[in-house]
Amino acid sequence: MSYSLPSFLIVSSLLFCLGMYTVLIRRNAIGILMGIELVLNAAGLNFVAFSRFLEPSLTQNLLSGQVFTLFVIAIAAAEVAVALAIVLSLYSRMKTIDVEDFKELRG
Amino acid sequence: MKAIIFNVFVLLTVVPCFWVALSSNIVHAAFSLLVTLFGVAGLYVLLGADFIAVVQVIVYIGGILILIIFGVMMTQRGKLLPLSIQLPGKFIGALLSGIILTALIMVATKSLWPVASFLEEPQPTSAAIGNLLLGKYLIAFEVASILLLVALVGAVLIVRRSVRGE
Repeated sequence: MSYSLPSFLIVSSLLFCLGMYTVLIRRNAIGILMGIELVLNAAGLNFVAFSRFLEPSLTQNLLSGQVFTLFVIAIAAAEVAVALAIVLSLYSRMKTIDVEDFKELRG
Repeated sequence: MKAIIFNVFVLLTVVPCFWVALSSNIVHAAFSLLVTLFGVAGLYVLLGADFIAVVQVIVYIGGILILIIFGVMMTQRGKLLPLSIQLPGKFIGALLSGIILTALIMVATKSLWPVASFLEEPQPTSAAIGNLLLGKYLIAFEVASILLLVALVGAVLIVRRSVRGE
């Protein structure tokens, strides 16, 4: 692949779709978390790729894309901390992290 | 030369990513995720985003991945549970992801993106990002820091309650 915007977009679509597939098929709650990390990375890669390749006269400041990626990373850190707390709390209560077993909330 | 390095980092990102999705061993998946995150950091460097690349290594590999591996280690006692769902669901998941992947790749390759005709040499970005964070994006920056604080307190509270058995 050549060093151009579409190649980066293809890489990040692959990351996104593999992350989505991981979220869909995993039964292990931590496996699902890994899929979410892949999806967030795909979003960050897209932001940075556009901030590099877009025509500079179109935007006020091209670095805005990189600032958004920083926010994505910060939110990913917050998300994984809370999600792991929930997983560990479920594990100490139900002795498993198989999401098929978490059916108490089903209506 | 640049194209070779770019392709190496693309492979380093995409190939372990398949392993994250398909491996039947959660520890293998976690370490493949490590290689993928390194590959994405390398792609950030190639895009001229030095600060983001370093933040990616520090936060993702030094923080999030360590947390995930801790989670794997603390929840693997007793019988090993099956990592993925059974075949019909797996097939539907693959079909759905495949359809979305084709659509996204079509959009990425067929669209006319307004790309710059001439790419400037990448400049150091830390100072400019700092100015943006404490200028134009000040409110978002403060909200993000409050979000991190709330997540920290919330995580402690959730685990503490379950340990006490309330």
